[in-house]
Amino acid sequence: MSARTVDPLLLPHRSAETAPESANQGCFHCGEPLLGSRLVAQIDGRSEPVCCQGCLAVAELIAGAGLSDYYRFRERVAERPTLTEQQDAWSAYSLPDVAAQFVRSSGECDSATFAIDGLRCSACSWLVDQSLARLDGVREASTNASTGRAHVSWDRDRLDLGAVLRAIARLGYRPHPLGDDNLVQAQQRERRNALKRLLVSGFGMMQVMMFAIAIYAAQIAGERMQPELLALFRGVSLLVATPVMFYAGAPIFRSAWASVRAGGVGMDVPVSAALLLAYSASVWNTFSDSGGEIYFDSVTMFIFFLTLARFVQMSLRHRTTEVSDALARQLPACAHRVVDGEIVDAPTSDLRPSDVILVRPGEVIPADGELLQGDASVNEALLTGESLPVRRRAGEQLTAGSVNIDAPIYMRVSATAAASGLRRIAAMLQRAQAHKPALARAADAAAARFLRYVLLGAGLTAAIWLAVDPTRAFEATLAVLVVACPCAFAIAMPAALSASAAHLARKGVLIVQPDALESLAGVDRVVFDKTGTLTRGEVSVQRCIPLAELDEAQCMRIAAALERASEHPLARAFASLSSGEIADDVHTFAGAGVEGVVAGRRYRIGSPRFVAELRGAASAEAELAATVVALGDEQRELARFELRDTLRESAPGVASALRERGVVSEILSGDSSEAVAAIASRCGVTRQFARRDPTEKLSHVQALQAEGRRVAMIGDGVNDAPVLAAADVSIAMARGAGLAHASADMVLVGENLAVLPEAIDVARRTLRVARQNMIWAAVYNFGSLPLAALGFIPPWVAALGMSLSSIAVVLNATRLLPRRTVNGGVAP
Amino acid sequence: MSILFILVPVTLVLVVLAGWAFFWAVGAGQFDDLKSPAWDVLREEQPQPPPEEPARPEQ
Repeated sequence: MSARTVDPLLLPHRSAETAPESANQGCFHCGEPLLGSRLVAQIDGRSEPVCCQGCLAVAELIAGAGLSDYYRFRERVAERPTLTEQQDAWSAYSLPDVAAQFVRSSGECDSATFAIDGLRCSACSWLVDQSLARLDGVREASTNASTGRAHVSWDRDRLDLGAVLRAIARLGYRPHPLGDDNLVQAQQRERRNALKRLLVSGFGMMQVMMFAIAIYAAQIAGERMQPELLALFRGVSLLVATPVMFYAGAPIFRSAWASVRAGGVGMDVPVSAALLLAYSASVWNTFSDSGGEIYFDSVTMFIFFLTLARFVQMSLRHRTTEVSDALARQLPACAHRVVDGEIVDAPTSDLRPSDVILVRPGEVIPADGELLQGDASVNEALLTGESLPVRRRAGEQLTAGSVNIDAPIYMRVSATAAASGLRRIAAMLQRAQAHKPALARAADAAAARFLRYVLLGAGLTAAIWLAVDPTRAFEATLAVLVVACPCAFAIAMPAALSASAAHLARKGVLIVQPDALESLAGVDRVVFDKTGTLTRGEVSVQRCIPLAELDEAQCMRIAAALERASEHPLARAFASLSSGEIADDVHTFAGAGVEGVVAGRRYRIGSPRFVAELRGAASAEAELAATVVALGDEQRELARFELRDTLRESAPGVASALRERGVVSEILSGDSSEAVAAIASRCGVTRQFARRDPTEKLSHVQALQAEGRRVAMIGDGVNDAPVLAAADVSIAMARGAGLAHASADMVLVGENLAVLPEAIDVARRTLRVARQNMIWAAVYNFGSLPLAALGFIPPWVAALGMSLSSIAVVLNATRLLPRRTVNGGVAP
Repeated sequence: MSILFILVPVTLVLVVLAGWAFFWAVGAGQFDDLKSPAWDVLREEQPQPPPEEPARPEQ
């Protein structure tokens, strides 16, 4: 269910009067806390506070291009742009070899499709379109906000792929060129066909109903209709019902035929039987002079409802990203290969074992391999979930998908991209998905049993009536098939589910798998991943230990001033402490730290060894964990900082809120046990499991399931993907890896954990409403079945009853929609 | 009531026309993205804001 669209013209414009207040609101661009930043962006002559250099650059770029309308019309704040990513990474895409994988050429024109991360609303797509259109050489740019994809074509002589990507990246979005858009096209085709079918059945139903009401009205009033007019109405009904039957209804017949051939009885089998019977009897009665009933109204109405249900289901299904697509985004398309001492850019797919490659700081390591020389600091968050960088020494293994943090590294490839660890995780994910416990399967089995009885009942009715009164046999059998057709049954669940999906979407929970709510209602165990889930996945200063005469506050101030200039991920930890003081003569030493002059004195911050070198002492101690940062001047070491991941504000309350609902929380993390214990105690979670790799996480969740627990897993990394797939319900964080989204049942768009207990409430209420719906449908079906079999119900009453029972079900489901208050807001 | 013998076929023709128009619209991608095109009104080059002129004195 799409987020509520707001008429942009009704949004309050940001006026000059409100600008000074925004100082305590957060960053003008990304909405995150300013944390003492004094950076100011000039937007249309006003000064707006921003939180970091990245936001400043993007905001001024947008304003400078005259596109500041984006800020007035957007529905959500932007994502914070990351500047750590090397800006020049895009130039590799200009190479013909690399570009050839993504670009389609026709005439003088090149075109490509991009998936764009960070596209949040229509204002974003407008911004991207506008900026691309202003690029010299772009012929056409169209960005679709609902699919997050852009299609761009440009003159080959004036522009190349790299430049287009760079233009999108400059706005703070992350573009991924898509080599193969077959999936997109297939989904588009499917959607278009479904829309056409929906229209045909809807139009057809309205037309046929118009004539049917006239005929029924005459019958009820006891009038005799003019025979020619009756014949005309019947003929036209036949004309209209035929395309509805054979065009709009085709998928129903196909799926019924498929299930018959597979030896089963699907929901579509009795439906198809009833449709075919009713249609052929109506055709017969239209042309014969017997004066028998026609049932075109029942047929078209029936097909319309079924087509509608299918359309809703298809729309939900299309939201899920395809796994391989998400995976393809994790590895860079291009690598720097070292050939005879020269660096040659080559497509990643061309890398072979024993190739030597260069990975620059900020780049993603394209293949598994061995570090050749020196030390490297790499972030393996994608694979292990550990948000802090880890040190690797020469000779150690580096894994594809991790990010090189600070110094250029040379490595020897040991496995091709296709055989890398990332792909192994994807394979594991596929296996886990196959084992997913599907409640839907049980429901289908129950429906199939019910349907067998219906078919049996219809057969019995026909046989008995043929023996008693053959003239009424057909009508009674048809009434049985129509009445018993579990239409209300079929829409009972989808109606309730889509209503609450709409409700949850407004709260920031996106339902990806339609049956997720059903599973969520029954959950009694919630397993949290730590990094990026309970915590933000960003570091902050946990502890400062002063070692000399300067106190904690002074050390922090100096550190913040030095780190301001650095774009190292760890440096962001100090951004919150910034007092606006700026260091002079700042030099960044890759892989070591920062040196600079604050208030006339020279300081160094970084690894203890690097800091010790400033005072001329070789540090004897071994390299500490990457999470310890030292600060020193030319005489002595001043302080040590311990960095830790920060807890989300919404995290501490979640466990107790869940406990009130009878749900036990657990933490399952790949991180060290101290880190997990610290987080667990602050969140009030007693069951905690540290140092678990993806395989162990998977077996842990499977063990819980074997005990009979219903497990909800909340995670964000690629490493969580297999566990997410195996859990009864999986919830991914919006900023998590694409692969995690692909295997998740739900996505927390707002990243607010507090909505989780609420979502469970909604899910339970949904199930209650769905159960009421099912009972109502069952009462209706079972109650009317004997009456129909006894011949008390003519087919048109049966069809009307069927529709009314469906409408009752839908109305009951609307109770799940969020209630609107008078001023248009949404009541809690 | 004989007018119905003309009007009913006319409605049929209209329905066929409406259906054809809709099929064309779907095929032309009009329903592929229901959100972004609302922004097309802003797509034209923005008129440059007029230079700040002092308010004209009342005549």
